[in-house]
Amino acid sequence: MGRYVIRRLLQMVPVFIGTTLLIFVMVYGLGDPVAAMFGDRTPDPATAAQIRHDLHLNDPLIQQYWIYMSGIFHGDFGKASTGQPVSELLKSAYPVTLKLTIVAFVIEAVIGVALGLFAGMRRGRFLDTGVLAITLLVVSIPTFVTGYVLQYLVGVKWGIVKPSVGDGAPFNQLIMPGLVLAGVSLAYVARLTRTSVAENSRADYLRTAVAKGLPRRRVITNHMLRNSLIPVVTFLGTDIGNLMAGALVTERIFNIHGVGYQVYQGIVHNNPPTVVGFVTVLVIVFLVANLLVDLLYAVLDPRIRYA
Amino acid sequence: MRGATRVRWAVGVTVVALTAAACGGGDSGGGGSSGGSGGGIVRASWGDPQNPLEPANTTEVQGGKVLDMIFRGLKFYNPKTAKAENMVADSITTTDSQNFDIKLKSGWTFSNGEPVTSDSFIDAWNYDTQLKNAQLNASFFQYIDGYDKVHPDAPGAKASAATLSGLTKVSDTEFKVRLNQKFALFPDTLGYAAFDPLPKAFFTNRSAWLAKPIGNGPYQISSYTKGSKMELKKWDGYKGPDPAQNGGVELRVYTDNNTAYTDLQAGNIDLVDDIPVSQLRNVKADLGSRYINQPAGIIQTIAFPLYSPRWSSANAAKVRQGLSMAINRDQITKQIFEDTRTPASDWTSPVLGDAGGFKKGLCGDECTYNADKAKQLISQGGGLPGGHITITYNADTGSHKEWIDAVCNSINNALGNNKACVGAPVGTFADFRNRITNKQLNDPFRAGWQMDYPLIQDFLQPQYFTGASSNDSHYSSPTFDSLVNQANAAGSTSESVSKFQDAEKQLVKDMPAIPLWYQNGSAGYSSNLSNVALNPFSVPVYNEIKVS
Repeated sequence: MGRYVIRRLLQMVPVFIGTTLLIFVMVYGLGDPVAAMFGDRTPDPATAAQIRHDLHLNDPLIQQYWIYMSGIFHGDFGKASTGQPVSELLKSAYPVTLKLTIVAFVIEAVIGVALGLFAGMRRGRFLDTGVLAITLLVVSIPTFVTGYVLQYLVGVKWGIVKPSVGDGAPFNQLIMPGLVLAGVSLAYVARLTRTSVAENSRADYLRTAVAKGLPRRRVITNHMLRNSLIPVVTFLGTDIGNLMAGALVTERIFNIHGVGYQVYQGIVHNNPPTVVGFVTVLVIVFLVANLLVDLLYAVLDPRIRYA
Repeated sequence: MRGATRVRWAVGVTVVALTAAACGGGDSGGGGSSGGSGGGIVRASWGDPQNPLEPANTTEVQGGKVLDMIFRGLKFYNPKTAKAENMVADSITTTDSQNFDIKLKSGWTFSNGEPVTSDSFIDAWNYDTQLKNAQLNASFFQYIDGYDKVHPDAPGAKASAATLSGLTKVSDTEFKVRLNQKFALFPDTLGYAAFDPLPKAFFTNRSAWLAKPIGNGPYQISSYTKGSKMELKKWDGYKGPDPAQNGGVELRVYTDNNTAYTDLQAGNIDLVDDIPVSQLRNVKADLGSRYINQPAGIIQTIAFPLYSPRWSSANAAKVRQGLSMAINRDQITKQIFEDTRTPASDWTSPVLGDAGGFKKGLCGDECTYNADKAKQLISQGGGLPGGHITITYNADTGSHKEWIDAVCNSINNALGNNKACVGAPVGTFADFRNRITNKQLNDPFRAGWQMDYPLIQDFLQPQYFTGASSNDSHYSSPTFDSLVNQANAAGSTSESVSKFQDAEKQLVKDMPAIPLWYQNGSAGYSSNLSNVALNPFSVPVYNEIKVS
């Protein structure tokens, strides 16, 4: 187990370097950020040259990447266009997005698994068809549509909650955005669980458990659910990263100042350090989430062992 | 009769507003800013400023909003008339349009108690100009003598002086400015934020100052959470004639103007100064008279690369005039922009007013839709170069595609050739600007000009004078240049303005850029507010807003 984790951690190093290099090249390939600073006005050459010098823009790309990476290992992620260090932005934005992700993740896991379980156990009945129809509907509507519609109905028309999220993003205000963000994944989780549960309900070990005379509750939670959750956990694990990255749309609609907001600002203001810094941290989140998922397999299914 | 109905309506609205405010006070909880104590707070939408909040480093409107509230310069543009009036300056006098004597009013201080003296201006202007500080607005100081020593133009050149030789201190309340050329309208440019004074606190600890800027305007910043919100409160020690009429302003950053608009509808915010395009159809029904839509100091044009052999011949001017006449401005502003643009008939903006140099219809027939005449002129000029043209634009911001396609459609219909004109998108704004600066374009491109100060000079000289900083067309006309020089050397403002208009008439003949429309500024506000107006820069006049 320990050796497996170390091996996986070592494998992350080349993946990390490769992805950051790709992101770096792509973002810096967007064009000269100095030109955009001046708006429609033509930059005066001397000032532009001074800014380019300060930002190392005249050096070859690979050298810029080197400067950037060596900065990262000192905790220096460069500066946003406002002159604020990107590390400060990371500190203020990631907790907010993390909160939103947690809310969305809980909604998705709890409601998704519950719906899938009920539908799977009553296969072909009314509840099952209903869940299938509703999840199909949710999957086919884009997030920004559900976002704007819910925001208008709940926030403006009925006035139940505030249509936007205030400073510091308290948990109670994140429920609506969390629901919107979780929507599509929730539908997938429900369908995955349903299929898996339906399949396992005819498995030998389940019949044995019932025959042994175990209480129904124990059969469902310990035998059926635990075995049915493996594909769902795989999905949920990779989805943590997706939720954080996918928050871009949701955060914009509900005015949440998290990762999506900062990345968007970085792109609009054409500020490479912001974009590369945030995406780099997202890459780390993806890698760690993947490792955790692999380790969880062993917990769920004793047949899986890591050496 | 009508008057009476309106009064009754107004009373009704006020009653509703009061009830709403009363209800709002109770459940707003966390917001806690609405309602009575010591003048209400205006909750307004904001965007994250693009650059650090220094006067000479702010090129866009979001940072400009804040500078407008916390700073007052030598002059101040009257929010209604756009006329430059003395603010910190007591008088600015000259005998030769080149040497200016500036006297300050006494008693002005910054909000940290430091007095505003002539040093506050001289030190600030020197700092703003120095090359090593890389201030984006450094070029505004280019007319001051010694600029080329402090800020040499060639990339890589080293500065040979640290201070502008054209600035001389006489006393704490008086200093002299010597320009490197005659410039009659110079005093009128001094209302621009780049010319604001800076306190000593800025020079001793710049990063602390940037975290919470200190100025001499009607507001002071009480808290600033970068990227999220800024709270400004009325500064009681303010010396100017225009103190804040409300207790303060809370600026909230919105990434999406749709959300800001939704928040306005839900009563979560009081003032939104950018109505999203998708809401333009509903805004009148939603807000009624609380929707403002008026011309701003922004003109949009289609500029031609006159350095390209396709457009440099003498006959090409006829083709450009023809293209201008092939564009149905009225229809496009109505259909595409829902009347948030006003068809242009000159190269300035209505915000200048007649006295400031705006002249409706100066361009005449050449800017009026006339399909037959357009076709005729283009064929006289030898037809479109190569049989067709493209119009380049950036696709990332500002939804330019729609109107570029409409312009091309209009041209194609007028010429009866559906391949005559197509739009050519460029991925990012930065790339788009680079292609223009590096002279890589061979066909017309979209151009926009937002005025820095409400002067006809600012619309003409930077864009069309030979070798000027934003002359992206690389237009060069000896007649135009000499008229501009005469205008700058003129003895009086009115004489100067009329000379500039003469120069502008040369643009009709050469058509280096086709005027399309003036952009409007828009805003919507809640019934808690009254006396809301936009200034010539289409920024809300925050200090005049009354909160009920």
